[in-house]
Amino acid sequence: MNNKNRIKIVCGHYGSGKTNVCVNLAMLYKKRFPEAKVALADVDTVNPYFRAADAASQLEELGIHPIIPEFANTNVDIPSLPGELYSVFTKDSDTVAFIDVGGDDGAVALGMYADMIKDCGYEMIYVISKHRPLIADPEACADLMHIIEDASHLKCTAIVNNSSIGTETNAGIIEASLYYAKECSKACALPLLFTSYFPEVCGNITIPGETLFPMKNVTKQIF
Amino acid sequence: MSEKVLMKGTEAIAEAAISCGCRYYFGYPITPQTELSEYMAKKLPKVGGLCLQAESEVAAINMTLGAAASGVRAITSSSSPGISLKSEGISYMAGCDLPCLIVNIQRGGPGLGGIQPSQQDYYQATRGVGHGDLRLLVLAPSSVQEMAQLTVEAFDLSDIYRVPAMILADGALGQMMEPVDFQSIERRELPEKTWAACGHNNERKKNIVNSLYIDPQVLEDVVDERYKRYDIIEANEARSEEYMTEDADIVLVSFGITARICKTAIKAAREKGIKVGLIRPITLWPFPKKVISKTAERAKVFLSVEMSKGQMIDDVRLAVNGKAPVHFYGRTGGMIPTPEAVLEEIKKLADNINA
Repeated sequence: MNNKNRIKIVCGHYGSGKTNVCVNLAMLYKKRFPEAKVALADVDTVNPYFRAADAASQLEELGIHPIIPEFANTNVDIPSLPGELYSVFTKDSDTVAFIDVGGDDGAVALGMYADMIKDCGYEMIYVISKHRPLIADPEACADLMHIIEDASHLKCTAIVNNSSIGTETNAGIIEASLYYAKECSKACALPLLFTSYFPEVCGNITIPGETLFPMKNVTKQIF
Repeated sequence: MSEKVLMKGTEAIAEAAISCGCRYYFGYPITPQTELSEYMAKKLPKVGGLCLQAESEVAAINMTLGAAASGVRAITSSSSPGISLKSEGISYMAGCDLPCLIVNIQRGGPGLGGIQPSQQDYYQATRGVGHGDLRLLVLAPSSVQEMAQLTVEAFDLSDIYRVPAMILADGALGQMMEPVDFQSIERRELPEKTWAACGHNNERKKNIVNSLYIDPQVLEDVVDERYKRYDIIEANEARSEEYMTEDADIVLVSFGITARICKTAIKAAREKGIKVGLIRPITLWPFPKKVISKTAERAKVFLSVEMSKGQMIDDVRLAVNGKAPVHFYGRTGGMIPTPEAVLEEIKKLADNINA
């Protein structure tokens, strides 16, 4: 992750862990560049329950500005996006914006801003998981990436391996996902940026020659 | 699938249905169950099946009826308002003795209500979905693993008894993700569908699937025969989980996602020395009356915890039958009870017992 491209988009399959990756990357960026103006936009028009809006107060505490759809976490299903979102894509903005996109072709919501995003300079991370059945095959994983690219009118620039099976994830499961991640990297013709995991579930992991990204789980816990 | 996968509850139902031979899905989108349709749309064509987005819920349930009448496994899914629309067709399926699976991923009501989770369709599922004397087999999963497991179970029971089955879950269970193991789900021998209207090739008498009976006496006989099957179901198929009930003074009764919240509260209460446990009905019809009735011989007080204004509490009271007081705690509107709030209710009951 560099500070050259101001717009940082996180996309992927439903339930691949986009929100956690996006929020944790924004947190890391703010830590590295405390002076930077950082925003995180929830552009998920698909998922009614588990989304970046859940982490709004945590983000605010860290000095990251959350941009949340008006109807997120309410009782209606109105896929409207906040007007403020437009402002981060304008050329004179100096905000580093992390964009949490809806799953699969939910990325279509981003398409209307595609030209502006290209003008700003962007990177688009495609989150993958070996344990999500519909992308468990590297070819299927690449097919979905193309669907997302078509929907968003943008191109993915890197992949992130987030092969979790929830609370039952362990170091062995993370290590076993690396081969899949490399196959996906080939199928998608994109570099593997890192493999993410939750230390609170798996403990700290180091694997020689691999970039690992420890994350905090920011999604809503019901029980 | 050879190893555990991470799935949403809605996806787990879809995959489980496919894994037990269901190839026909008819539905109409509604939050929070649309991912079930989406999964079916992606997966069913690859296994020679059909996923059809109908023009309405009414059309979808009648397509399910048609498919089931031909003897294939068929499924439809919706969320609360959509189930209301399906209720006529569900009654027709009960009247035709057709097995099928209806999935309700509940949202808040009444009316359009809201998209957040609820358990407000308990009455509808166990009493009032459709006209006439009828019952549905109602199964209430509490985890994503159970969403898969009980889908297979519901299909099997529905085939065995020729009674439509329903999975009654809620938006939280539908949307949340947990590991699922499909390999561990047991399979069983099922009766041949000798009644199916699937073409007789002049080799047997024709089968007619119908719910209209011209002679009132014949209709009464048909209903009586069906009620004998309902009696067998009530005697044999009630299922529940007991959690820390052996020595419990206070017994919570709760199903689905709410039961998970209760368990967290119970653990916290036990740490404070309060003797509290949980009975979790897994089948809502048949309701696990015997377990509750037996527990009521010893327990001092019951607490029904629901995401509604109190519906299952009626069945708890009938099972307790006056042997102990039955209290209620619930939230509505899409508000999910917190473990802390349930713990407060437990503490209040504990104080009353000690007073």
